[in-house]
Amino acid sequence: MSKFTTITAKVEEDGIALIELNRPKVLNAINRSMVSELLSAFEQFDRDGRVKAIVLTGNNRAFAAGADIDEMMNDDAITLELLNQFKDWDQLHTIKKPIIGAVSGYCFGGGFELALCCDILFASEKAQFGFPEIKLGVMPGAGGTVKLTKLMGQKKALEWLWLGEPMSAKEAHQHGVINRVVAPELVLEEAVKFARTIASKAPLSLRLIKETVYKAVDDSVLDGMQFERKNFYLLFSSEDQKEGMKAFAEKRRANFKGK
Amino acid sequence: MFETIMYETRAGVAWITLNRPEKLNAFTSVMHKEMLSALKMAGKDEEVRAVVITGAGRAFCSGQDLGGSENPDYGEVLRQGYNPMVQALVSIEKPVIAAVNGVAAGAGMSLALACDFRVASDKASFIEAFIHVGLVPDSGNLYFLPRLVGHAKAMELAVLGEKVTAEQAKEFGLVTKVVSDATFVQEVETFAVRLANMPTKAIGLIKRYMNKSWESDLTEVLEYEALAQKTAGGTVDHKEGVTAFMEKRKPVFTGK
Repeated sequence: MSKFTTITAKVEEDGIALIELNRPKVLNAINRSMVSELLSAFEQFDRDGRVKAIVLTGNNRAFAAGADIDEMMNDDAITLELLNQFKDWDQLHTIKKPIIGAVSGYCFGGGFELALCCDILFASEKAQFGFPEIKLGVMPGAGGTVKLTKLMGQKKALEWLWLGEPMSAKEAHQHGVINRVVAPELVLEEAVKFARTIASKAPLSLRLIKETVYKAVDDSVLDGMQFERKNFYLLFSSEDQKEGMKAFAEKRRANFKGK
Repeated sequence: MFETIMYETRAGVAWITLNRPEKLNAFTSVMHKEMLSALKMAGKDEEVRAVVITGAGRAFCSGQDLGGSENPDYGEVLRQGYNPMVQALVSIEKPVIAAVNGVAAGAGMSLALACDFRVASDKASFIEAFIHVGLVPDSGNLYFLPRLVGHAKAMELAVLGEKVTAEQAKEFGLVTKVVSDATFVQEVETFAVRLANMPTKAIGLIKRYMNKSWESDLTEVLEYEALAQKTAGGTVDHKEGVTAFMEKRKPVFTGK
């Protein structure tokens, strides 16, 4: 694994990779190098055969309190366009393996957008989410408006985005933005436990289910179902499909290889 | 440090004293702000393992100071003043004791209700005073009161607004104990220090999930208990408790 300065990344046992945001002095504010390091870590884990699922977390005080404002304060529109500021952000969506987010503390602005890049989200009872961009005279730029709307619906999303107020973990859960709310002391542990459960499943199925679910969010039902069918058929060319169905018939546990 | 309250810590206990005795410790917006920061301070301070809220002079707290501001937006007074205070009080994961030294009226009674324990002087009394000025109980009063004394009794108290003595309050479970006014402070201190020497993390978890139980079903509570027990099982105090039991001695809990 490459040397990182804004994150730490390591492969744990049981096929889990753990990425921790590591700019504690600035509540893990996300700057450009952090996104680029994140992408690099995610891509390495995506290719690493040992890794079955990836857990992304911050620290107890903050998952990430937002984007690094200082970094972009004096930028103008053309600078940002030429910089292609969100290129690495967009690439985060190409990761095929399951990403489980474990959120404690503040999860605002760019931090919330990063959390929304996770497939599954665990949050502490004390976690706070929100898009305060409006208070700075801007708006989310890395998918926040789009993803929040898809998750909670247009009316609710407008309310949160316009007011810019913090959302409790309980509210986020009620709106379908996160999967589980757990005790602050156990967020990471529970997320890793979930990742381990996922890691024991057929890897190709996990991968194609992820792809199909995200496709379903944007497609018509019929288009989504066509796409689903192709992936369903595709799995019939895998060894794991043969093993899985044979194990079922023989009433034993399947031994999946991800092939 | 504060203008309308006093804040001091001794023997692991934070004492917050409402300090406007000439106004029977009635709430003002300054007092709301000061209470909020005092509660946050007590919550953060690791040396503090129990909190006492009491009043200076002859009253505990007479509720909102009705003099002063003209034509206020009561809704905003609650949202900005009382509600954050009640939320802060409930989210402190340490035992909070209302040491009710005298009358607790209106929002003063609400404040006592939001605490985890109520220890009352035999001179203390409780009044759901809101109805006498054509208002409704607020600051969590409608939430806590029926949960503490049951729906029927809560309706009776809130609607009739009759004064309840400490002894009567004890009878229907509103206060933990009634003590003589002469020894009130010592008795409160003894009770608070006793709590401060208990396994603080476990008390915090009990408080957190007992509060959550009101908005949860059995399946959820069973899961909360599993999570809480896992957390408590990892504390130093749990180890100490088990070790002391094996060694047949009294445990010394550190709140860690």
